[in-house]
Amino acid sequence: MNEYVITAENLTKSFGDFTAVDRISFEVRRGEIFGFLGANGAGKTTAMRMFCGLILPSSGKASIGGFDVYRETEAIKRNIGYMSQRFSLYDDLTVQENINFYAGIYGMSRKAIREKSAPLLKQLGLEAERNALVGSLPLGWKQKLSFSVAIFHEPKIVFLDEPTGGVDPITRREFWQMIYEASDRDITVFVTTHYMDEAEYCHRVSVMVDGRIEALDTPGGLKKSHGAASMNEVFLQLARKAKRKGD
Amino acid sequence: MKQFINFIKKEFIHIFRDRRTLFILIGMPMVQILIFGFALTNEVKNSRFGYIDLSHDELSQRLVAEMDASNYFEAAAEFADRDEMEGAFRKGRISFGLVIPDDFSGSFHSTGGTKVQLIADASDPNIANTLVNYATAVIQDMAAGASQGLQIPYVIRPETRMLYNPQLQGAYNFVPGVMAMVLLLVCTMMTALTIVREKENGTMEVLLVSPVKPIKIITAKAVPYLLLSFFNITSILLLSVFVLNVPIRGSLVLLFSESVLFTLVSLSLGLLISSATASQTAAMFISLVGMFLPTVMLSGFMFPIENMPLPLQIISNLVPAKWFYIIVRSVMIKGTGLAIVWKETLILLAMLLFFMGMAIKKFKLRLA
Amino acid sequence: MQAIRIIDIEKSYPLKKGKTEALKGLRFDVEEGELFGLIGPDGAGKSTLFRILTTLILADKGEASVNGLDVVKDFMKIRRQVGYMPGKFSLYTDLTVEENLNFFATIFNTTVKENYHLIRNIYEQIEPFKHFRAGKLSGGMKQKLALSCALIHRPKTLFLDEPTTGVDALSRKEFWELLRSLRAEGITIMVSTPYMDEASLCDRVALIQSGKVMQIDTPEGLRNTYGKRLFAVKGPDMLHTLQRFRKMPAVEQAYPFGEVLHVVLRKDAPPFRMPEDVEASEIAPDIEDCFISLMHEHE
Repeated sequence: MNEYVITAENLTKSFGDFTAVDRISFEVRRGEIFGFLGANGAGKTTAMRMFCGLILPSSGKASIGGFDVYRETEAIKRNIGYMSQRFSLYDDLTVQENINFYAGIYGMSRKAIREKSAPLLKQLGLEAERNALVGSLPLGWKQKLSFSVAIFHEPKIVFLDEPTGGVDPITRREFWQMIYEASDRDITVFVTTHYMDEAEYCHRVSVMVDGRIEALDTPGGLKKSHGAASMNEVFLQLARKAKRKGD
Repeated sequence: MKQFINFIKKEFIHIFRDRRTLFILIGMPMVQILIFGFALTNEVKNSRFGYIDLSHDELSQRLVAEMDASNYFEAAAEFADRDEMEGAFRKGRISFGLVIPDDFSGSFHSTGGTKVQLIADASDPNIANTLVNYATAVIQDMAAGASQGLQIPYVIRPETRMLYNPQLQGAYNFVPGVMAMVLLLVCTMMTALTIVREKENGTMEVLLVSPVKPIKIITAKAVPYLLLSFFNITSILLLSVFVLNVPIRGSLVLLFSESVLFTLVSLSLGLLISSATASQTAAMFISLVGMFLPTVMLSGFMFPIENMPLPLQIISNLVPAKWFYIIVRSVMIKGTGLAIVWKETLILLAMLLFFMGMAIKKFKLRLA
Repeated sequence: MQAIRIIDIEKSYPLKKGKTEALKGLRFDVEEGELFGLIGPDGAGKSTLFRILTTLILADKGEASVNGLDVVKDFMKIRRQVGYMPGKFSLYTDLTVEENLNFFATIFNTTVKENYHLIRNIYEQIEPFKHFRAGKLSGGMKQKLALSCALIHRPKTLFLDEPTTGVDALSRKEFWELLRSLRAEGITIMVSTPYMDEASLCDRVALIQSGKVMQIDTPEGLRNTYGKRLFAVKGPDMLHTLQRFRKMPAVEQAYPFGEVLHVVLRKDAPPFRMPEDVEASEIAPDIEDCFISLMHEHE
């Protein structure tokens, strides 16, 4: 059985003479929580977009959930979930309508949606808000709901782009608990964040600098190899090497 | 003052850096004029015409041959009578008809004057009008040729009859119409958009929390579009005069002053829209639906106001473009002066004061 | 003298689609020359307070003054004296770095040269990119440029609404170093952030949540008034260790904190014995622990 759900080999993306992502190689195991760190403009977003099948790489190889990023982007999109701080749910649809809409996109039947959404709403404590507009929910609830919706169709991998920005510390932790639970169900979690304490929650962390992966290890391993007390220090050491300042 | 000039400079940078929009702003009026202008001439090339020749002699056949030889017409069929011709019109086989009476050459040679009847399908009035003009020209050319060497200047007098739309409007309508449309689009929509964009970016908050007086912000935003409109007016007029041969019979100074007046009205409408909206999408929507459509529909440019139901006629009075359109048509095509258009000018002036006053009153010193 | 006075400010207004943002009676002062932090999550009311203080919106109730000037009556005077960087401020992305700076200098009737010493630290970092369009800069650089623009007229008081949101850890650190150096210039700075770790860099902070101030103190003071025993715990399996601690009666809260769990004991907790199969040590609270504890009390 192939344990790796994400593999990248010398994956590169150039825009003109600017190499946004420069020969990155790594693997992510099934059920792993993989932290994808990097300074603004290090190339994280471009790499993420390649993995989600939104842009084609310039060279190198990568497969997501066993599907090739060049030829099988449609299959990739069916097998992943995506959530970001900027784009999550429709404010002018109700909680249930949002669930129906996203699950519908992934071809889930009405019956399956109905059966799954009841326990989900119960778990989130949103039963009473089922028919409330998402826009009226507090940000923290929205983010949790948004994550649940992203994994509603049981994708192999879920990509989270700064999922906890601006969320209060308690909700942030509840959010991470949900990430752990997803990982327990063998959903692979690929996450970017600017909260360095969150990097510690990941099984493994990579740090991108100027389009390359400068370091990749468990948080413990990284701290040890960099002689640092926290992931924050590790990050600062690595990010200082950057030459690039533009996006 | 330096502050103000720098502000305007910044606005120009915004305009010039956004190449695509700039291209549309400058190119659109020219393209519109050219399209409107050449849509008229292009369509007329090789129009199919039918004829009834009751005279059947050398002169009448020469007339048909000359028509056929010209770029504008192509002989499609000869008919025995009017019913047959009417049928061909209905089926759309021909768009132009020529009826040559039986005494055509007779009266030409004896009295020096003769008649032909031109029949045009005026369901598209502009084309019909142009066809008639061309046919007239062809006939007159031929008449001049035929009368050469003869002592009496022979004249063939065409008698025209318009089918389907007897009250045909002038063909030059579109120049004043396009001017109104372009000025409104550039001034109203672009001014509204540029201010709302600052709201969306959060830069408006910084500008408000600076010592710059709100009136300066507004004016600085408006000046570049005023100048751009000037450029557009000039390019439209130049194209009209030199490419489309539309005359400017009245005073150029008056024409420009009236245009500036209308530009200012449009600008204040743009400012008004910008203070009432918070997103570029909303500003665009209001500009298009609230300003642009009424201008096209109710200014008299596309559809004659006198044919509209009374409620629409009354509403059309609120459309600034209607008054501007009347003014430009009078000054440009009829060559009238302020003595004739003072009433319309006064109406525009009143609108300007009203909208500008509203805009300044509504421009918020705060966010909410 | 107090640079900023806030007396029982209340404000509520509808945002889009039924959501309301509200301030429920805020009252505090900021001293002259202080670097004051407003710490709280999105929707706590930070931006609303900033807009009231920068005279952009009016409060429903209460009074406020900036540099001794009333935010309602003297709003034009205030506008001349303050610098403001709104939350979603993104400069003019189609203007170059230099053009942005020059523009903001002229609207404040000054020049880049006049107060160059204030922005020199920042400007030297962005100078190599001065012909770049601002839209091409990375998040951290953009925020530094925006700060320069807000500083260019040497404001007495500076309002920075979430300047470091979405910015990477290194740029955030550099940004805070800049703020510390400005404080040395005697400029009063009020800055908001959702990142709790930045609180320790302020002179004083207000922890706010749902339009209410939960506590105002120095970072040190916040930690000292925590008043509960806190342990950092490391177990073999974090998720299960966490669930185990949450079931213990003496434990008020247990939550992940970086690589460890933080376990908070009840004030009236019975004698507690730490299980022996975990690594545990008693620690001093972080600002984030304080925030979590306060949120708990306020619920």
